[in-house]
Amino acid sequence: MPSSRSSKTLRLWQLALFAGILAFWYAATSPTLLPPIYFDNPHKAAFFFGEPLKVVERIWVWFSSGSIYPHLWVTLLETALAFVIGTVLGLVMGLWLALSPTAAALLDPYIKALNSMPRVILAPIFGVWFGLDIASKVALGVTLVFFIVFFNVYQGVREVSYTVLANARILGASDRQLLRHVYVPSAMSWVFASLHNSVGLAFVGAVVGEYLGSSRGVGYLILQAEGTFDINSVFAGIMVLTAFALLLDWMVTLAERRLLVWQPRGGETEKI
Amino acid sequence: MPTEVPALALEDIRVTFVSQDGQRYTALQDTTLRVAPGEFVSVVGPTGCGKSTLLNVAVGLLQPSAGSIRVFGQSLSGLNRKAGYLFQTEALMPWRTALQNVTAGLEFRGVEEKEAEAKAMSWLQRVGLTGFGGRYPHQLSGGMRKRVALAQTLILDPQIILMDEPFSALDIQTRQLMENELLELWSANRKSVVFITHDLEEAISLSDRVVVLSAGPEAHPIGEFPIDLPRPRDVAEIRLTPRFLELHTLIWHAMKAEVLKSYAQQQKQ
Repeated sequence: MPSSRSSKTLRLWQLALFAGILAFWYAATSPTLLPPIYFDNPHKAAFFFGEPLKVVERIWVWFSSGSIYPHLWVTLLETALAFVIGTVLGLVMGLWLALSPTAAALLDPYIKALNSMPRVILAPIFGVWFGLDIASKVALGVTLVFFIVFFNVYQGVREVSYTVLANARILGASDRQLLRHVYVPSAMSWVFASLHNSVGLAFVGAVVGEYLGSSRGVGYLILQAEGTFDINSVFAGIMVLTAFALLLDWMVTLAERRLLVWQPRGGETEKI
Repeated sequence: MPTEVPALALEDIRVTFVSQDGQRYTALQDTTLRVAPGEFVSVVGPTGCGKSTLLNVAVGLLQPSAGSIRVFGQSLSGLNRKAGYLFQTEALMPWRTALQNVTAGLEFRGVEEKEAEAKAMSWLQRVGLTGFGGRYPHQLSGGMRKRVALAQTLILDPQIILMDEPFSALDIQTRQLMENELLELWSANRKSVVFITHDLEEAISLSDRVVVLSAGPEAHPIGEFPIDLPRPRDVAEIRLTPRFLELHTLIWHAMKAEVLKSYAQQQKQ
């Protein structure tokens, strides 16, 4: 474990690296700062790669005028719905198939096929089925989240310790109590292990869905900007999306710490 | 005591496992074991002789291929509800605190939460874990986890306690401490105990009777030795008495051939 001092130094270096990248971006794309090295026209670099100051300005305008909020709200709502629905479905199906070997044997090839299918390709079909509003994006996100959660729950249930299970049965647990007190908690630790992945994919599902056909959302904003070769807005949209992806990931970490207190963490040696 | 109904009676038990490729392995053969109410019986034998199999049959986790099991005269079907089981390996639910692990059995039986907690607190105190109720298993040492497991089993007041080498993973000092505590708890409220171990000294110092199993496969009891050492005992001190050494020599003599046989079989594989 790094000490707090060295982790502070590390944080400083990370910020310095970020500033360095921005500075390089600025210097390489500014039409006036450097003589054109690669492009014949000094404005071409800015046309292809945007300009950091203009990107920041665009983000500032979006947030100060409030014009981005409805789009952001739609994207986050789609993400949240896809995440919740996908997780619940994955949990239920995972528990069911893990505890019922016959059903698992029957459905096994279908699950494998559905999982190997490149599911992003379903987005246009969902657009036809569910319209261009949020439902089609949620559906795409659900298909992405579901399989991650499903496979983790399936694995989690099958890897419940035999001794813990036998012990609970001898202590008098009925089948329902086994499900509630042994299988689900055991599976939940696997679900949490996959949570970072599934939140990320719910987000991907929402944005890709918007990008392929919608009238609202951050993905739609980016698509519009691309349509008018407004590269600065494209980069601004990407940056906003990245920031919110990081935020979601951080929230998952918080929830994980809260709900998995019973799991030993690396570096924790508290024992008496 | 021939007229008394045994707390646990395993009669002519035979356990044959069939693997998927059709290979048969008979772990136990012609095994009869009767345990009187309040009696402490240890079963010793070389490694891999089917001691755990015997216990799994007694608790109803495993159906014997032949033979009958009677619990206080009643033929056993399904899990043995009169028995508590202490496992060799970790059996606590890692997502429950020590206290929640101890209350688990009562919770499964529908006992009210407050009542269960009060009872669990007093059991944690009895096994020397006052103030550790809020800790999760991974925050406890091996010895403490065994104590929690002991409280978890004993809180249900089982008439028969089955123990599968419960202390084999502990260091020798912790182990003797736990053995003494077990004897103390047991003598306060005498239940029938079947204690499986490969450690002859542990078996003699704890029990009323030691049963020696032969080497597997087809393990069966080859000797029974009543232990007439006075109680209460201190497991560390009693090992130094002449009578203990006599008994040890006697039983070891019976066991030795089986241990060598088991060793030779392992060498072959």
